[in-house]
Amino acid sequence: MIEFSIADKKFQPETERERIARPSCGGYVSFEGWVRDHNEGHKVQRLEYQAYEALALKEGSRIMAEAAERFPIENASCIHRVGELEIGDLAVWVGVSAGHRDEAFKACRYIIDEIKHRVPVWKKEYYEGGDSGWVNCEACASHASE
Amino acid sequence: MKKFNIQYFAILRECAGIDSEVVESNVATPAELFVELTRRYDFPDMATVKVAINDEFGDWQAKLQDGDSVVFIPPVAGG
Repeated sequence: MIEFSIADKKFQPETERERIARPSCGGYVSFEGWVRDHNEGHKVQRLEYQAYEALALKEGSRIMAEAAERFPIENASCIHRVGELEIGDLAVWVGVSAGHRDEAFKACRYIIDEIKHRVPVWKKEYYEGGDSGWVNCEACASHASE
Repeated sequence: MKKFNIQYFAILRECAGIDSEVVESNVATPAELFVELTRRYDFPDMATVKVAINDEFGDWQAKLQDGDSVVFIPPVAGG
């Protein structure tokens, strides 16, 4: 099972972990991305994630397939949240099972790095004091303050 | 005139004030369409916008067909 999905509600990584486990696997690596209370000097109060779902699912699935091609893994899954998130919420989860630990670590790292750069998902931070901004979009910030 | 189905996301959705619309235009390419919409909605000047045509990454100079769906993709920030 190699899959990428988008969730508009909270989900339990423990449940996902069980779906990935196989008797043939000796290693499991997971990554959880959490909502942090600060970014680049700003105090963050909450986040909103937006996705272009049709293309995000295609690009996410391509990344998962690439990981399975590059590394000898058994199962891999990635779930990305959309909607309103609070500090400490799980924003993205990656789980990989493999015969041995090395490929599980490498595949997990590959997946999260590529997801962050390629999948059309946007993050809006709401700051203490009332400002907000789309992350990675410097022109957006200067535009908003004009 | 051709009709294009446009969806807006993130900063572009905020500038346009709508999630989606059908735009009638004579433009030939996504590049021309983006210029036309930037005039209408005062989109910010972004160095790295990508374009998707019919839910697949596309080329700025692709020939648009009547009925195509077009999405402009500002810098992403997943994870």
